[in-house]
Amino acid sequence: MDNDRKTMLMNLMAEEFTAIELNLYLDTHPEDRKALNDFNETVERLNDLKAQYEKRYGPLLNFGFSSSEYPWQWIDEPWPWEINFA
Amino acid sequence: MWIYEKKLEYPAKICTTNPKLAKVIITQYGGPDGELAASLRYLTQRYTMPTGRSKAVLNDIGTEELAHMEIVATLVYNLIKDASIEQIKAAGMEGYYADHDKALYFVNGDGVPWVAAYIQSKGDPITDLHENMAAEQKARSTYEYLINLSDDPGVTETLRWLREREIVHYQRFGETLQHLYDYYNSKRVFY
Ligand SMILES: [Fe+2]
Repeated sequence: MDNDRKTMLMNLMAEEFTAIELNLYLDTHPEDRKALNDFNETVERLNDLKAQYEKRYGPLLNFGFSSSEYPWQWIDEPWPWEINFA
Repeated sequence: MWIYEKKLEYPAKICTTNPKLAKVIITQYGGPDGELAASLRYLTQRYTMPTGRSKAVLNDIGTEELAHMEIVATLVYNLIKDASIEQIKAAGMEGYYADHDKALYFVNGDGVPWVAAYIQSKGDPITDLHENMAAEQKARSTYEYLINLSDDPGVTETLRWLREREIVHYQRFGETLQHLYDYYNSKRVFY
């Protein structure tokens, strides 16, 4: 996997991890407005990054959450466990 | 319903082939305090939680644990995939190799297969939350022992991140336990 793609993937991972962390926090602090704003802003940035990544490298999600070009791109390798970030 | 996202939750790093390290890390895949146990425990307890908040916490942490299971699997897979027979023998992994080659299977470091008896689903939300807080601490301790055993800097970094997640989950479960006490509106004695 080339470095451009790895960098893009790592930025996406960082943004999504922010979303996961805020999601869990909001589960137990549902009335924290500041956290909720942070979460919604993170969702917007994450959606942008995902759209850019998918345009270049194909679908990130299965079952109707990403579209594919021809031929069906979901089967393209590498799969996540085949990428080493060392 | 679950959707698969074709990426890891965290960029797993593996520097060199190391079946000896794979042999111990696999306990966080299929051992008593591993990620499979964590995920299945929370996902099966969620049905009988009494509030939207407690259902959400178990649902979401149970889902995140599946992503951790995938990271642990990625470590083990990459640590053994290029190992020679000599390296497998030197690591004491012949027994595992005879049964599974280099495939992933749910066992602890000594080859004991995963059993549902590792987890509990008690129907009493207060009891279940206590079980889950203990589970997070047990997983944290295990990651600390694995970090002590690791001689691969990339793997160590990945294990440190997994360890930190246990601390965050423990915190969220603690807040959920307090929320349940408030929900039941009882000034409880800790017995
Ligand atoms: Fe956890």
